[in-house]
Amino acid sequence: MTSKNKWLSAPYLFWSAVFIIIPLGMVLYYGLTDRTGAFTIDNIMAITSAGHAKSLRLALLLSFISTIVCFLLAYPLAMILANMKVKRHNFIILIFILPMWMNFLLRTLAWQTLLEKNGVINHILSFLHLPALKIINTPAAIILGMVYNFLPFMVLPLYNALAKIDTNVINAARDLGASHFYTFIRIILPLSVPGIISGITMVFIPALTTFVISSLLGGGKLLLIGDVIEQEFTRTSNWHLGSGLSMVLMIFILINMVLSAIFDKEGEGSML
Amino acid sequence: MKKYRLHHIKQISVTLALLLSVILCGCSSAGKGVNGQVIVYNWGEYIDPETIRMFEEESGIKVIYDEFETNESMYPKVESGAVAYDIACPSDYMISRMIQNGMLSELDYAKMPNARKNIGAQYFEQSRGFDPDNKYAIPYCWGTVGILYNKTMVEEPITRWEQLWDEKYADNILMQDSVRDAFMVSEKICGFSMNTLDPEELETAKNLLIEQKPLIQAYVVDQVRDKMIGEEAAIGVIYSGEAIYTQRENPNLVYVIPEEGTNVWIDAWVILKNAPNKENAEKFIDFMCREDIALMNFDYITYSTPNEAARNLIEDEDIRNSEIAFPDLSRYDNLETYVYLGEEGDSLYNELWKEVKAY
Amino acid sequence: MRSVMKKIYIALIILFLYAPIGTLIVLSFNASKTRAKWGGFTFNWYVSLFQNEEILRALFNTLFIAFVSSLTATVIGTVACIAMTAMKRRTKAILMGITNIPMLNADIVTGISLMLLYISLGIRFGMGTILLSHITFNIPYVILSVMPRVRQLNVSTYEAALDLGASNLNAFFKVVFPDLLPGILSGFLMAFTMSLDDFIITHFTKGVGVDTLSTKIYTEIKKGIKPEMYALSALIFITVLTLLILINLSPADKNKADKNKAKAE
Repeated sequence: MTSKNKWLSAPYLFWSAVFIIIPLGMVLYYGLTDRTGAFTIDNIMAITSAGHAKSLRLALLLSFISTIVCFLLAYPLAMILANMKVKRHNFIILIFILPMWMNFLLRTLAWQTLLEKNGVINHILSFLHLPALKIINTPAAIILGMVYNFLPFMVLPLYNALAKIDTNVINAARDLGASHFYTFIRIILPLSVPGIISGITMVFIPALTTFVISSLLGGGKLLLIGDVIEQEFTRTSNWHLGSGLSMVLMIFILINMVLSAIFDKEGEGSML
Repeated sequence: MKKYRLHHIKQISVTLALLLSVILCGCSSAGKGVNGQVIVYNWGEYIDPETIRMFEEESGIKVIYDEFETNESMYPKVESGAVAYDIACPSDYMISRMIQNGMLSELDYAKMPNARKNIGAQYFEQSRGFDPDNKYAIPYCWGTVGILYNKTMVEEPITRWEQLWDEKYADNILMQDSVRDAFMVSEKICGFSMNTLDPEELETAKNLLIEQKPLIQAYVVDQVRDKMIGEEAAIGVIYSGEAIYTQRENPNLVYVIPEEGTNVWIDAWVILKNAPNKENAEKFIDFMCREDIALMNFDYITYSTPNEAARNLIEDEDIRNSEIAFPDLSRYDNLETYVYLGEEGDSLYNELWKEVKAY
Repeated sequence: MRSVMKKIYIALIILFLYAPIGTLIVLSFNASKTRAKWGGFTFNWYVSLFQNEEILRALFNTLFIAFVSSLTATVIGTVACIAMTAMKRRTKAILMGITNIPMLNADIVTGISLMLLYISLGIRFGMGTILLSHITFNIPYVILSVMPRVRQLNVSTYEAALDLGASNLNAFFKVVFPDLLPGILSGFLMAFTMSLDDFIITHFTKGVGVDTLSTKIYTEIKKGIKPEMYALSALIFITVLTLLILINLSPADKNKADKNKAKAE
């Protein structure tokens, strides 16, 4: 369109400067100062202390596993959905967005009711004379909670990327004698990379930084880095330390952003 | 393409119509009462909402009510001044911290006749531990921290903190997920003061907690209540105020004050230094000290009330003389109340607690 | 056989996604006040829900915030998308990078950074701060769903309209806007959903006496959720579900769907 439209970006430029850039600057400021306002890197180096390092490692491990589980569950699903050729693009998206209309905290709490020792699942299992499931308050429960809450964020970009693949390309490959497997490896998988990257980002980052899921399903026994940061702000009120640790998290976020910039130049793997 | 578009327009117009109608229905009646407003910051679920409604009706003062989960989360919010609260209801040690930092305003008892008349003298006496001249705080609730256990799920009566380290009860124990309460338990077992700042004692207490961790089912705050009622666990650390409610729901539950001693706490009303509605705040506190109102709150939240007049109004004799709700503290010689440990002390405890939780 | 397997797989995933929701709906009929015990069937919570002013106010706040913030975000975001077409590749890339920040950034960092901003500016925490924060994290969802549509736009139709004497604005609303509409709508709905479901950012930026359903539930979790909350969630869910089914299965579309099905088989 015409260059006259340039000024139209003013509101958004202003908005992102005030509400995105400056706040991040504030985090940097707090992270790099102590209570007296003097410059320090202690708050960032605090990540190396035994407790913090452990909670970061645990968070990385759990979010890594959840991302993989999400991916393994979502990819076949997205392929099936994309192949259904139903012109109900919106309907499929809505099926995965609909659970979000039920409050996030309530949904996670419902898992507690399902998984507890005397919970719904164990009642069903004992009715069937099967051994009880003991995963509440363990890392497995946290992974389950992460997979549950973030699965839609994996399914939707994958579905979008896969649905965009021109069936003619696949048919051509098949006509030229490629096996199902070979077609998948050489055609479908590479073409869905933007969706994969976007899905991984959308699952990994929230999983890495969550504090609600771990405290509701982990029984408070497993401290993730998100829990530590939350507590620094709301319980122990050491905002400098909290900001410093947030900056460490931002490194992972940056890595992810770079990755998605490389693999998903045109924003093809978007959620919608 | 065109059809597709129409379909979408239909979709959005339905959505919008629905939303707008909902929003218009939720007619906002915010604004001030005829006599202004008062902003109250209290613990979650720590008041009978009916009493607030009655206060608004009788005084013409609009109550803006906000809730916090822990003393520690309350403090920075009040301190930052992002919201100008009039009244808060912190616990003992937090009140002394606020006094030290000049965040509270002195009370005018003349404006609050019910406070002096109805609150038992011994509770004012007890408050002197954190408010030496009773200048700042009026007791609202008090209690102990103890053990709640399910008598059908344990082999012998639980009487000591030590039994929370018994491997028999592995995966059946609920600990408090707050620094001071968790450390209190292990410090009491070792016979230390629960306000100790001695590095060696703290190290011992920390190691004891780490040793206990594999046996713990979960670290929780108020969820102990639901989990004990649902028989998810056999033993839990709980505030005495929850005991009456939980027993009503599940008669197998028993509350004890452990032999090693425990924490006696008081939550009290305070008026903040820069309270914009100081007079209304006084009216509110006075109203809450009225015996019928205090009784309503006791019935609703089941936390022990320091309001002697209200206690005398309790009809159920078992509750009026309940050892749980109104224990005779003179029988115990190892009870303590938390004191504020200073910024250094606080971060020391927090650091150690993080080590326990991350272990 | 394969298609049966596929159906079973989809069914299992949907069961996984909706099992907790089913649980909550069941709990809304539980006569016992605690989540831990089944005390018989009751409709009482649905009755007392409508007498509970606090919950209704939180519901109102939640919807109000979701509606106003997603609407504002939709306007700002759509305008920004159009503006970006006129930008140099480089500037555009940088701006898109910034746009991605609130979406990729951890909610906890976004919430905290905004809280620090408001404190340093001396803004009173309240409805206003929640709205500003929600608009901020909603804009990216709008931009990301409108952007692909903007890219597909045919500039010549717009120019043709101008040549034929339409004013700038007129040409926009008559020619460009209809093409963008699907993107704008899905962006709006996405933003609305995100705002509705947000807890963490609201938690850090909310003020006194302003509660949304999320923050209300968070304080209640510690003390045990009030069953009215389950009832409300069940109502919201059922309403949205019904609405969706009505919209998607209206007769005109049904034919289309059947035809598609036939084709697919």
